[in-house]
Amino acid sequence: MTMHPILAALRKHKAGVVLIALQIALTLAIVCNAIFIIQKRVDMVHRPTGINEDNLFLVTQQWVGAPDGDDPAGLEKLDSMQQTDLATLRGLPDVASVSPIRSLPLLRSGSVGGIGVKPLQQKSTVDANFFFGDEHMLSTLGLKLVAGRDFTVADVQHRGFRDESNPVLTIITKPIADKLFPHGDAIGKVIYFDSGSSPTTIVGVVERLQSPVDAGDSGLAWNSVMFPIRQDANFARYVLRAKPGRLTDAMKAVTPALYAANPMRVLDDHSVRSFAEIRARAYRADVGMAILMSVICLILLAVTAAGIVGLTSFWVGQRRRQIGVRRALGARKVDILHYFQLENLLIAGIGAVIGILLAVALNLWLITRFEMDRMPVIYVVIGVLAVLALGQAAVFVPARRASNVPPLAATRAV
Amino acid sequence: MFGYYLELALRSLKRSPGLTMLMVLAIGFGVAASMTTYAVFRGVSGDPIPWKSSKLFVPRIDMWGPSDSGHVGEPPDALDYTDAMALMRDHRARLQSAIYLIAPSVIPTGAGRSPIPVDGYAVYGEFFLMLDVPFLYGSGWSADDDAHQAAVAVIGDKLNQQVFGGGNSVGKTIDIEGKDYRVIGVLADWNPQPIFYDVLDTGGYGGGDGPGVFVPFQRALAVNMTNSGVNLCRAEPTEAGFVGLQHSNCIWIAYMAELDDAGAVQSYRQYLDDYAREQQTAGRFTWSPNNRLFDVPAYLKQEHVVPSDTKVSLLVALGLLIVCLVNTVGLLLAKFLRRSGEIGVRRALGASRGAIYAQFLTEAGMIGAGGGVLGLVLTGVGVLGVGVVLPARLAHLARIDPSLLMLTVLVAVVATLLAGLYPTFRASRVQPAWQLKTN
Repeated sequence: MTMHPILAALRKHKAGVVLIALQIALTLAIVCNAIFIIQKRVDMVHRPTGINEDNLFLVTQQWVGAPDGDDPAGLEKLDSMQQTDLATLRGLPDVASVSPIRSLPLLRSGSVGGIGVKPLQQKSTVDANFFFGDEHMLSTLGLKLVAGRDFTVADVQHRGFRDESNPVLTIITKPIADKLFPHGDAIGKVIYFDSGSSPTTIVGVVERLQSPVDAGDSGLAWNSVMFPIRQDANFARYVLRAKPGRLTDAMKAVTPALYAANPMRVLDDHSVRSFAEIRARAYRADVGMAILMSVICLILLAVTAAGIVGLTSFWVGQRRRQIGVRRALGARKVDILHYFQLENLLIAGIGAVIGILLAVALNLWLITRFEMDRMPVIYVVIGVLAVLALGQAAVFVPARRASNVPPLAATRAV
Repeated sequence: MFGYYLELALRSLKRSPGLTMLMVLAIGFGVAASMTTYAVFRGVSGDPIPWKSSKLFVPRIDMWGPSDSGHVGEPPDALDYTDAMALMRDHRARLQSAIYLIAPSVIPTGAGRSPIPVDGYAVYGEFFLMLDVPFLYGSGWSADDDAHQAAVAVIGDKLNQQVFGGGNSVGKTIDIEGKDYRVIGVLADWNPQPIFYDVLDTGGYGGGDGPGVFVPFQRALAVNMTNSGVNLCRAEPTEAGFVGLQHSNCIWIAYMAELDDAGAVQSYRQYLDDYAREQQTAGRFTWSPNNRLFDVPAYLKQEHVVPSDTKVSLLVALGLLIVCLVNTVGLLLAKFLRRSGEIGVRRALGASRGAIYAQFLTEAGMIGAGGGVLGLVLTGVGVLGVGVVLPARLAHLARIDPSLLMLTVLVAVVATLLAGLYPTFRASRVQPAWQLKTN
């Protein structure tokens, strides 16, 4: 079939053609940017934190009338209170392992500091998240040690929450080790925290430990360091691993046990949280954005498909006589079907070309205004294929109706 | 005549229910998506204190200086203790307050009651006047109370209910962190969003009931009630503890000042620069003054309080609405031109082009109204359902109110009328003679 009759016919319906093409172009531009946003969010949510998240939960509590820990006696008192809590929690039947902890990945609250390779280095070489815990921290979190050793009970110190003096020992994540010591010999080396002068020795390297703060995809998201230090303050956090399948029971047992050990404390509904809850909360906005974009995409595609069906149906109705004439002159049903399919492909193709330009323009604009990333070409390709397929699917019903117009229609008035 | 057009429109719409439904659905979904995202946007970007946001100012002083590379950037996001106290001492604005977040425990009287964790702020007495904080009972404290570190507290109504069972509790004693305070005021419901007086700690939004307790700033310092909010340090404090934080140049104090006219703003700017220059002379700053003075709207913009997701969602939803309208233009065009014969007859019988316009725009308006009604329902569902996809602290800001409902219908009808303009124009150009001849 030659394109000539199709082009000639389209020239008679300029407005309709322009409208469908425009609609397809806009749909393409929005859909591929939206899918790109969705994919980014989905990827972000599925990043592993590096910890074993099953059966893990966090307890945050505050003591009432506790010393402020600014003097040595108060500090010892706070530490003994914390030790009592740890012993209480370790005694629970459904609990497998416990460590005091300052923060957890995705908790959205934590502390960040700089690491230097020389003493008193003014500008830090790399920034990192600080994790504080005891000799059970790595095993409770389920971290994967790739070099060196875990903390031992002899390594663990305790000190005030606001005591910023440099720790003696640390375990770092692999991204930091690779950056500071690219030859893979980080174990035993010393580093300096926060432009300090006292060295901290690296005793181990773990594969991965995600940041507590929302660091996006920046290096900080994976740069973490751990210290064998129990921090003493008027509040404390404990991370617990329940025995397999016993998470709910273990979580239920915590509050009464802690109150029994010491009633002068604050524990409320949010004090005992499973890691699944922390994860859901951290990514709520991202998941929500992905859902919203998906809903809008679906509506958009449905509306565009409906528009194509509507307008093509109108054209079929308008051209009944001409179709009848063609059929009477020997055109087969399938020729009529192909005519409308080809016509749609042509219009959708024009729309797609404009749509590609719009999609790239929209992406560039989003980059400048909302710090979005460059959209890879694959999204545009998927988008183009999607709108072309959508056009073909939408045109099929009216096109088949056109192919069923009997040759007799040629003889009838409209 | 309008009644006649309505009847014609209704008859025409009934004749092709599928097409009509399609247009109503498209308009309804397009409008509802836009209005739902708009409701969220409106909620999060609202002016928290519209009657005086242009008179409330947040000062910024660059106490950290240029970066290592010598780049002079924006001053840090809050004040350190030294500068906040200097600004309070000089007292150059009509009203002002340094502000920091506290999270004390309140111990209710009576055996067997657990301590209550509360979020609140350490502020100066002028805070309440400056922000027009509404009181149920009592009032804020005086400058004298500030100076004498008086053990007084303003409490929120929820805490009042929890501790005293509600009612006028002014004059009663409340135990905060093991120390007695005299209740001097009970707040009415007060939780403006965005939380413009403390963006650094809250990110601008917080669900719940708002701050539960306020104590005098100097009192909070005196009893070592630590900052429970963010503190950011360029260099680590050299001393330990809360006192160490006060002696450091870490930033952790929010600050707000009321300046009532352009003159006051001008002289306050001058004052900030003079202050910074003084610090430079004294050798504390080794750089030229680099200060800012933002009013509340400018400050919220500066801090990027409105999440960019909210804006992107609104834009994408508006894109959807535009596609729905283009779609409606196409469908109306098909629908109107299909009736060329009818138009030809009407024109031949003496109907003017104006009459054709009136007839078809009425029809478009009806579709718009139908889309508007559907849009209303869907917007209702959308706004109620937004909690499923958004964090609670944002979702609760999206509200359905009469203005949103009116806007929904208005947008639907106006948009559909606009969409109907071109198809109507085409319909009005139909040549009567040509139509009569071909039929």
